[in-house]
Amino acid sequence: MRFLSNLVNGLGLGSVYAIIALGYTMVYGIAKMLNFAHGDVIMVGAYAAFFALTKFNLPLIPGILLAVVCCTVLGVVVERLAYKPLRQASSLSVLITAIGVSYFLQNGAQLLWTASPKMFPSVMSGGALQFGELSISFITLITIATCLVVMICLTLFINRTKTGSAMRACSEDKDAARLMGINVNQIISLTFAIGSGLAAIAAVLLCANYPTITPTLGSMPGIKAFTAAVFGGIGSIPGALLGGLLLGMIEILSKAYISTQLSDVIVFGVLIVILLVKPAGLLGKNVREKV
Amino acid sequence: MSEKKTPVLETKELGIDFGGLTAVNDLDLSIYDEEIVGLIGPNGAGKTTVFNLLTKVYTPTRGQIIFDGKDTAGKTVVDINRAGIARTFQNIRLFDNMTVLDNVRTAYHNNIKYSPVSAVFRLPAYYAKEREIEGKSRELLEIMELGEYAEVTAGNLPYGAQRRLEIARAMATEPKLLLLDEPAAGMNPQETEDLMRMIRFVRDHFKIAVLLIEHDMQLVMGICERIYVLNYGMLLAEGLPAEIQANPEVIKAYLGD
Amino acid sequence: MKEKKGIFGVLLDNRHRSRTISYTMVIVAYIVLEAMLKTGNLSSLFTGLLVPATCYLVAAIGLNLNVGFSGELNLGQAGFMAVGAFSGVCVSGLLAGSVPPVLRLILAIIIGMLLTAFVGFLIGIPVLKLQGDYLAIVTLAFGQIVMNLIMNLYVAFDSTGIKVSFVESRFELGEGGKYLINGPMGATGTERIANFTAGTLLVLFALVVVYNLIYSRNGRAIMAARDNRIAAESIGINIANTKMMAFVISASLAGGAGALYGLNYSTMVASKFDYNTSILILVYVVLGGLGNINGTLISTVVLFLLPQLLRGLQDYRMLIYAVILILIMLITNNEAMKTRMESFRRKKSKVNSK
Repeated sequence: MRFLSNLVNGLGLGSVYAIIALGYTMVYGIAKMLNFAHGDVIMVGAYAAFFALTKFNLPLIPGILLAVVCCTVLGVVVERLAYKPLRQASSLSVLITAIGVSYFLQNGAQLLWTASPKMFPSVMSGGALQFGELSISFITLITIATCLVVMICLTLFINRTKTGSAMRACSEDKDAARLMGINVNQIISLTFAIGSGLAAIAAVLLCANYPTITPTLGSMPGIKAFTAAVFGGIGSIPGALLGGLLLGMIEILSKAYISTQLSDVIVFGVLIVILLVKPAGLLGKNVREKV
Repeated sequence: MSEKKTPVLETKELGIDFGGLTAVNDLDLSIYDEEIVGLIGPNGAGKTTVFNLLTKVYTPTRGQIIFDGKDTAGKTVVDINRAGIARTFQNIRLFDNMTVLDNVRTAYHNNIKYSPVSAVFRLPAYYAKEREIEGKSRELLEIMELGEYAEVTAGNLPYGAQRRLEIARAMATEPKLLLLDEPAAGMNPQETEDLMRMIRFVRDHFKIAVLLIEHDMQLVMGICERIYVLNYGMLLAEGLPAEIQANPEVIKAYLGD
Repeated sequence: MKEKKGIFGVLLDNRHRSRTISYTMVIVAYIVLEAMLKTGNLSSLFTGLLVPATCYLVAAIGLNLNVGFSGELNLGQAGFMAVGAFSGVCVSGLLAGSVPPVLRLILAIIIGMLLTAFVGFLIGIPVLKLQGDYLAIVTLAFGQIVMNLIMNLYVAFDSTGIKVSFVESRFELGEGGKYLINGPMGATGTERIANFTAGTLLVLFALVVVYNLIYSRNGRAIMAARDNRIAAESIGINIANTKMMAFVISASLAGGAGALYGLNYSTMVASKFDYNTSILILVYVVLGGLGNINGTLISTVVLFLLPQLLRGLQDYRMLIYAVILILIMLITNNEAMKTRMESFRRKKSKVNSK
């Protein structure tokens, strides 16, 4: 029974990672950049939700929506100001810029809201479902359900809508997409908007599980979710889901059965093993250079 | 053409499939010492694929490649070069950020060696070997008429000079067989004329065999002593330049029905 | 054929100019700072920054070999510094009674470098099988693994010998027993034997190693593998070995830097060497210019000091640091700026070649 409840908790954490990983994977798929600042967008989302719920006393759903709007705007603005001018630049320059943005957001948050932690209100807590001996908290259930809904909506959007197929076209070949009359810049903005909006949802779920908010809150989940995206095959949406869920389960199970201190070692160790066996991640495509 | 000599390179029923599609099939080639042989054929005939098979960029699905009397099965790209096959590329592949001289120097990697320890601590071996590398490299640059460009960054060279630099670099690995993939592509008739002279000189001076892919018939008919014609991955004809020019099958393959 | 250039001609010709500038910068900076130090003209704040600055310089020079010359993005350099730091602290701690400080420092750095080179080699075997962004994320993962492992490492010694334990410390230390590494608490009570002179010498050593390697057979192979992997293989260069050499040398320089760093503080925790530190060093290298050692020297010093220089701005300093970082990237990658720079460079190289 303990194993089952650990597994469910792992799925819960993994769902959060999966939603964050979606942001990484979509941006990578379309803009071919490692958006190091994505974790910090989560942090901004957490603060936004915090203030919406405590200062403005909004109910839960409008509060979350406000956070989503904040993050979406932030993501688009950052893309316009910092990444768009670098479209032709080397990937390293873009990476360094993303690191700069990450520093900026962290230190900006520290200035605005100080480094002292804030406690996220327990709006979603309370109660658990009992299945015989197995008890699953509502938060975990909501987290897993949200992840599934997000994943289904996103998959439908990508596969069934015109904009979605424009996105796929951009990730295959930007120049060809441009020739087909697709506004590539708009698609990239949209990708950042979706990724950042998802980051806000992830932020709320993360804070519901771990309610301490600090300016560096996003770094570690960011890095973990990035790992999850690579794990599943960066650029692949089902890969992000698979990678996120696996990573969450590995983390919780290794904390429960092996060692709390070494859980990060195990998580990153598994990543390395997987990349060695499947160099493009679990669901990634291998591209061979033409001679 | 001496029939009794063993060829430096021989392929037997060589073939490769890509996901069920046969790119090259049942190919028998023989290249002898100090020969210049042409490999021609319409676009998409599989000529570059043959080069990629010979240099182990691709692993053959069928057949054998025998180089210098030894089967090359299981060898890597690096092994093949060490064994004595050097090549150039259709889409030029230079070390763009390095100077012309350094491009050639780099290719002496396996022929003139010293340890990293000699390099880091500047032991006498470093100076002696580097002098040797530089001398030989400059000699090759002179042969390919690139002497004036020695200190220029390779990426900034004019197109024709880039193609000649690829040949110089390949020659620095001291091969027995040189594979040239469209060496005259993008050159004007005068440059092509000069290139033919250089290829002949390289063959005579270093006593090597040359197999070249080319669309420029001025060059092919001008320097090749023997020609293989490839069509749809299969050998269509083989013979002397005059025979190939007169071969109705070849003319049909080129002009279509 | 060639005219005799004379000693200054040789020092300033194309091949030697950049290294002459590097050595000159380091030596002049050392003399000036050392003079200021001796005459008491250096604030205590800056005095404290001298040794760490040299450590970052060495780690950055090493990383430039890896990222700039070998072309592999490495996000785990801090992990290698951690290995060097903690092995250096252990060496120094064990030899404290019997070996004079200067010799101990040298031994600590050498052992730190050798051990890190070995760790780098082990990590390089799997890492270098990957390419591009995948390689980057795996180096990041290894950096985090190394850091976490050290955070769970306990090393102590007493009259009966050295004791090592993992995850949980179960030592019963005898008379005069002492912890060298105490898990998450890190190394405490370290004798501070690092100094600026040693740091400068280590920087010079790193410069000699990297420059001499670059202008050699192996250096050319490293750059060839970066510029065109397929062409490099076609001329018989074994890519794996070549990349490994750059990776291991880069790691071992970081190890030496780490040893010096560890011996500059009385306490040192492993979490100091997380991926943020790796990224910091990477930023130094990228802003200085890939494959440009002089750029690395300048950008490391400037960016290392910048937060301190901005200290007057108090809370805003890291925010301004971030803005400067972004602006530099935007300006240097601006198309109009680029074409202007390129035409300038063309003009210059034409003048030089004549």
